[in-house]
Formats: sequence, C-alpha cells, structure tokens
Amino acid sequence: MKLLAATGMLGSGFREESIVAGIARGAEMIGCDAGSTDFGPHLLATGLAPFSRTAIKRDVAVMLRHALAARIPVVIGSAGGSGSAAGVCMMREVVAEIALEHGLRARIALVGAEQPADRIRGLNATGRIVPLAPSAPLADDTIDSALHIVAMMGPEPIQAALSEGADVVIAGRSSDAAVFAAMPLARGLPPAVCWHAAKILECGAAAVAQRAAPDSMMGDLDHGGFAITPMRSDYRCTPQSVASHVLYENADPFRLVEPPGVLDTSAARYDAVDDRTVRVSGSTFTPATAYSIKLEAAALAGYSTVLFGAVRDPLILRQLDGWLAQLDENVGRRLRELSLDGSHRIVTRVYGRDGVMGELEPHPVFEGHEAVILWEVISASQEHSHAIAASLSHMAVHNPIAEWHGLISGLAYPFAPAEIDRGPVYEFTMNHIVTPVDPLELFSIDMVTL
Amino acid sequence: MPRRSLADVARLVRSKNAGPFWLTIDVMFDDANAYHAAEQQQVFTPARLAALYRLPVEQVRVFAHPAALAFKVSFPRPIPAGSPGDADVFGGQQYAGVLELTVDLD
Repeated sequence: MKLLAATGMLGSGFREESIVAGIARGAEMIGCDAGSTDFGPHLLATGLAPFSRTAIKRDVAVMLRHALAARIPVVIGSAGGSGSAAGVCMMREVVAEIALEHGLRARIALVGAEQPADRIRGLNATGRIVPLAPSAPLADDTIDSALHIVAMMGPEPIQAALSEGADVVIAGRSSDAAVFAAMPLARGLPPAVCWHAAKILECGAAAVAQRAAPDSMMGDLDHGGFAITPMRSDYRCTPQSVASHVLYENADPFRLVEPPGVLDTSAARYDAVDDRTVRVSGSTFTPATAYSIKLEAAALAGYSTVLFGAVRDPLILRQLDGWLAQLDENVGRRLRELSLDGSHRIVTRVYGRDGVMGELEPHPVFEGHEAVILWEVISASQEHSHAIAASLSHMAVHNPIAEWHGLISGLAYPFAPAEIDRGPVYEFTMNHIVTPVDPLELFSIDMVTL
Repeated sequence: MPRRSLADVARLVRSKNAGPFWLTIDVMFDDANAYHAAEQQQVFTPARLAALYRLPVEQVRVFAHPAALAFKVSFPRPIPAGSPGDADVFGGQQYAGVLELTVDLD
C-alpha cells in the first residue's frame, strides 16, 4: 500500500509537484500531521495555530484538490496545532472555505479528542491514569486547573471515520504515526511495518540526506517491510539518513510506544534500493497488555512582564554574579516595603553566562564584553507583574558597584517602556497515560457533508 | 593517538525535545571508525553524561545506534518546555557540553 505524506507539519509547505508525483505513483491516501507540542503550551491553551491561516490553507487546498480528484482520502492529525476542539473547528472552517472556493464536494469526518474534566476525574478515580517518568500521579488540582485536556488518539478512530465514508478526516490530537498507520493496519499489513513506516512519514521529507525545505515523502508498504522515497527529485533517502530518523525527537530510538503497543526498531535493517530509496525491514511490534493513550493538558501559569537590559561596563561585568545578587536582595526588600512581595516569581537569565542552558550549563562563568540580562516577572495578574518589573528596572539600572563613587546607570535598556507585558503564559501540566476500556471511547466522530 | 573533540569529529550533534518533559541529544558520525572508537572508549556512558550535566545518573539514558553510526543521550528536562523559567522552548541548544567530549582517533 502506498502512503503519501504531504509534509512534516501542516502549514510548513511542500511543492505541489510532489503531491502530483505521489498520486501518479499510486498513493492511496495523503496524510499530514498538523500539530506539535514543540511550539509550547500556548497552542493548547489558547487554540492558536502554529502557522498563519494563509500557510495552513495553502497546504490543505493543494492536498484536498488533488486527493479528491484522485478519489483518495486525506487524513489530518492534531488539527489546528494542538488537536483541541478549537483546532478541529478551525480546520473544519478552512476545509469548508476551500471546498466553496474550488467547488469541491466531500464527506468530512471530525474526530474530537478534547476531554471534559469530569471524565478525566472519573478515570483517575478508578485508577486508570498513571504518570510517565518523571511526573507524579495525577492530582485533582491539576485536572481542575487545566484549560484544555486532550487525549492522543491511536489509529482506531481514524479507521472508524474512514469506514464511515470520510473523504477527509480532520482528527483532533493524534499519535503522529497513527495518521499514517490507520489505513495499512486496517488493510491487514503487519503492525511493525505500518508503525515504522508511519513514524518516518509523519515527519514528511525529514528523513532525507539533506533537506533544504519541507516536502513530501512516500512509503510503499508490503508484508515484509517498506520502501521510503522522497517526492522531490533532488532529495535522497540513504540507509544512514533513514536509520538516523528514529533518533529524531524520541527519547528511546528503539522502543517507540504507540497506543496499541510498542514498536521495536532495534533489529531493523536499512538497505538502499537505489540512490534515493531505502527499504526498511526487521522491526517488530509487541501489542500492549493494556491499550494506552497519552493525555496532554495546558494550564495558566500566570501573567508575564519581561525586562531586557544589557551591560557593557567591564567593571560591572567582572563582578556580575555579586552585582545581581545584591540587586535581588534590594528588590526583595523594596517589594516588601510596597507590599508587592505576594506570590510572584522573578526568573533571571544572564546571556553570556548561562542564559541558554541555565542549570545545565557546564561553564556558568561570564565571558565576553557585554552581557544581556533578561528578567521575567510572573504573577497572578498583569498589573502585579508590571508593578514588580517597574520597581526592578529602576533598582537594576542604579544598582551600584564599590568602584564607582556616584550614581550610575548600569544597564542599557533598548526599549521604552523597558517593561514589556507579555500577557498570560501557560505550562503543560499532564504527562500521563490513560488506559480506556475501548480505543474509541474517548473520541467523538461527527460526519459533515460539504 | 590524537585526542579529538566531538565538535571536530561528529557529523552532527543536536538536541531537541522528546515531548515537553524530556530532552534528547544525538551525536552522529560519518565514519564507522570514529563511531567504533567512541563506543570502545566508552565516551557515552550515563555516568559521564550525568556528571557533565550535573544530573542524577539514574535519570540519564544512553543508547548506541550502530545502523546510524550514532549515540543518543536522553534525560528529563529540569523545566518542562515552555514553562516559566524555561530558556529553550524547542530544546535545540542544550548540547554544547557534549561537543567538548573527546575521542582518541588516528
């Protein structure tokens, strides 16, 4: 069975010729992953998409027009960036607009993955939710404070949608690979082949030797393995480039956990078919004793105000740590005087010392002739964060050193006002697995005809 | 045999999130010699990487992937991606220490 991945992330683009080429070669579906946790928790928290509507619409329109003409289905996973109800809704609107503009008719399946809090509370109470390392068991507080909770669907809801006659499946949060594994699994191809091919396809052309821009990838699956080929004629898959792909974004390259079980790639072979196609075989799949689905949630962490200042004076720089510690102490005292010392957090990042790696920095010693200090104040309200940042900015700029006798201005602020209100900030709060009774029970399927 | 840093010898060293709660670092070599030397000389062990990153050794996982001539190191992120205090949302710039590891190679 031939599967075509339009690209690695919907909205990141691909050449139209690649879709044409894939269909000409016999692709039986076009799939694309539309979401990721990579961008941060704000997508799930706010319903914002990772790319502009223009970019997303362009990609969907190319997929849709060619797929419908060829009478093959389109499967889009983790719609809208986070696969929340808002994400599915946004994708539905985009598809409807495209259908109207191009005079297309299609049967659309909307597969919802968003979970109401009380359902999760119930599952947690019956012991069906366990934490993944390094997280603690799921607390009620975490469920209550979540703005949105999604469950990552496996292939079954997608298969159900396709068997209901969907031309286009707009799926909420999905296992990226499930988008591509759904159809071949339903056809009876071996799970190990389906899942390993899907893991590569879900990243589009990422597994090629030198990827200049995102583009399409084709998998040709059979009962013994699969061949993987990029659609851009200037791209090549090599045994090493494809073998390397299991490394990407996986904590363990050999044991890849999916809802129905575990794909073991440790014995996989990667053989060149020609100078741009690789055949993969030898992976195994072990069904899980309990079908398991990952939960994701985003909660409000507070309201953020940032302050960005730079130091050029070598006399300050050679005692930077002490100068900042002195500032922290003075700020603490001043906030208490103003009764502004209630629940808040000040994050200080010192670029030139350990701003990028923080506590992981092997050499946390300032070096260079200028330092950038990024302070971030987070509290329960924007007003409170701003007030703290305003006191901090004033104290910071006049923070003295013993060598200079008189009032100094020790920081260069590039912006006026120096304090930048960032608005609400979020955090991912669930890293948990739920074991439902049924692979479909957490997901909804609604059919719409355009 | 000359001591060479991974910065000079590796084809690619990168870091990335493996989900919001884990960080993973990949070191890929172009030639089997360098890969096997690194393996024989135990350049990548949980103990060495834990010391480099100042993490508890039981949290650090190391994998050898001969088919890709690559090693992988994974550990829980001290701060989840995008949470207050995080300084690298994609986790892409956390491998500098690994570049300084050395291997003895002809």
